[in-house]
Amino acid sequence: MATDAARLPGGIDSRRLIGRARRVDLAFAGAGLLVMVVAMAMLMALVLDLLVDGLPRLSWDFFTNFPSRRPGRAGILSAWVGTTLVMIVTAALAVPLGVAAGVYLEEYAAKNWITDVIEINVTNLAGVPSIIYGLLALGLFVYGFGLGETILVAGMVLALLTLPVVIVATREAIRSIPQEVREAAFALGADQWQTVRIYILPAATPGILTGAIIGLARAIGETAPVITIGALTFIAFLPPAPIQPEFPFLSFEWLNSPFTVMPIQMFNWISRPQPEFHVNAAAAGLVLLAMTLLMNGLAIYIRYRIRKGMR
Amino acid sequence: MATASEATGALGAVPRASMQPSGPFLRRRRLVGRLVRLVLFAAASFSVFVTVGIVYILISESLVFFGHVPIVDFLTDTQWTPLFANPRYGILPLLSGTLVVAGIALLVAIPAGTTLAIYLSEYAPVAMRETIKPLLELLAGVPTVVYGYFALLFVTPLLRTFIPGLPGFNMLAPGLVMGIMILPYVTSISEDAMRAVPRDLREGAFALGFTRFQTATGVVVPAAFSGITAAYILGMSRAVGETMVVAIAAGQMPNLTLDPTEQAATITAYIVQVSLGDLPHDSIGYQTIFAAGLTLFVITLAFNMIGFYLRRRFREVY
Repeated sequence: MATDAARLPGGIDSRRLIGRARRVDLAFAGAGLLVMVVAMAMLMALVLDLLVDGLPRLSWDFFTNFPSRRPGRAGILSAWVGTTLVMIVTAALAVPLGVAAGVYLEEYAAKNWITDVIEINVTNLAGVPSIIYGLLALGLFVYGFGLGETILVAGMVLALLTLPVVIVATREAIRSIPQEVREAAFALGADQWQTVRIYILPAATPGILTGAIIGLARAIGETAPVITIGALTFIAFLPPAPIQPEFPFLSFEWLNSPFTVMPIQMFNWISRPQPEFHVNAAAAGLVLLAMTLLMNGLAIYIRYRIRKGMR
Repeated sequence: MATASEATGALGAVPRASMQPSGPFLRRRRLVGRLVRLVLFAAASFSVFVTVGIVYILISESLVFFGHVPIVDFLTDTQWTPLFANPRYGILPLLSGTLVVAGIALLVAIPAGTTLAIYLSEYAPVAMRETIKPLLELLAGVPTVVYGYFALLFVTPLLRTFIPGLPGFNMLAPGLVMGIMILPYVTSISEDAMRAVPRDLREGAFALGFTRFQTATGVVVPAAFSGITAAYILGMSRAVGETMVVAIAAGQMPNLTLDPTEQAATITAYIVQVSLGDLPHDSIGYQTIFAAGLTLFVITLAFNMIGFYLRRRFREVY
């Protein structure tokens, strides 16, 4: 009986068919696991490679020394100070602009062709290679506006690059807020801006924060657009301090200062032939990697907390 | 609720008229509302000006370049030597370098990314998926200059043990590393598309006796097809526009070849090379990077537009 039931019309043995399908299924599960393990192994190899090459070089001096022609005495002081200052400019420009644009598209925009153009444009900007932004900054900011190769220009170009990330994150965070919140606010007599300011923005803040941090973490590692604007790589001085001992105490001179940033310093050391400089590059890479991984980790943690809170 | 009734109780003593919003308050609120709308609209339309700025700069600087070099030469000449005494301006060698490296990257990222996406969406238990996705995001968050270091000083020496005589600069190592780099993007977008396929379709397939693999290949992948294609196209666009990995590990010599074990410059690596030098603003060498940039922009724009429409289509299906 059993053998009869296993035979399908046309004399196909259904048990063999099922057995084969099951084997293919398991083989694919194996392939999926394999790809996952290989990808994770690559991440491990990358981190281990940097650790083995660069960790012995990491010392207090490495953080407090300027770059030098002698690899043993070179450090990343001007690079990490430059990165910090550039990131302040980037965050100050990209976050308010991106949040404002995201709020407009989600809460205010009418469904018409202007909105369509803006939406397609934001999606498209997110896909433009970063080096193209560098060319824009070179042609427009450096030569067009005559701003030169300064911290301000680097902050501006990285802000343009981060803008789509912040816009998309803001929109997603706002979209996840239930419609009832808006209706309740309107029912209490709030107008649109009051609703956005008092209810929508606070509720969307964790999501916006996640997006902003991911965007800035990407901007920290961006090298190409900063090279394109012609940033110098050998900077053995610091920009003027933002806080001055005399009135008016705050100074924005640093915005117009030449600079270098972490990824450029690392690229500079990689492209030298001497292996001693490669050790410096690995150490700088470790610091850079730690910065981006910490920021990404923070973003992932905040998102995890949001999801837990929603359940 | 308790606080609300207390508030009403407290307000009960206040004369009724003061509970009505005053005229000046409403006028001010209307004014602020209008102003805010205007500011927010300005912020949203700013992104359009960025695109206009990019197109304007690329085209206006390239026009100067094409005033010196006929566009036919640019597209057909097989030599790219703009900084030599006897300059030739053919984009083909840079294009071939770009396409070979991107091709290797896609040969890695598309099969591996699709497999991983199917695995995560159809096979993996929820706990594993929730662990792996953040790890993949970390992989995507590694700065490209670090990937460049990895390609030049880890992958190339490793490949040399298999391919003796491989030069220190080659297209194979950056291509492979770039494949690892793009993998998270391809995986994440394809997996989103597969997870958007309704459960009923899967359950129908399982009820017919399909295995998970048969369900994936026979039902889920066809249903998510446009989303998966979008993932591939966006991956291509990233591969073509990626800069630092190739600038570090592929060399800077324009080379019209399809052999991945040779060194070659890509469009992006050339732009970096010129930017590192000290070319005067009004020289033809300076304008070449805008012509090269325009070529790159047109290629990625085409990819992005196709990817955008495919993604929009797969969203509208369900």
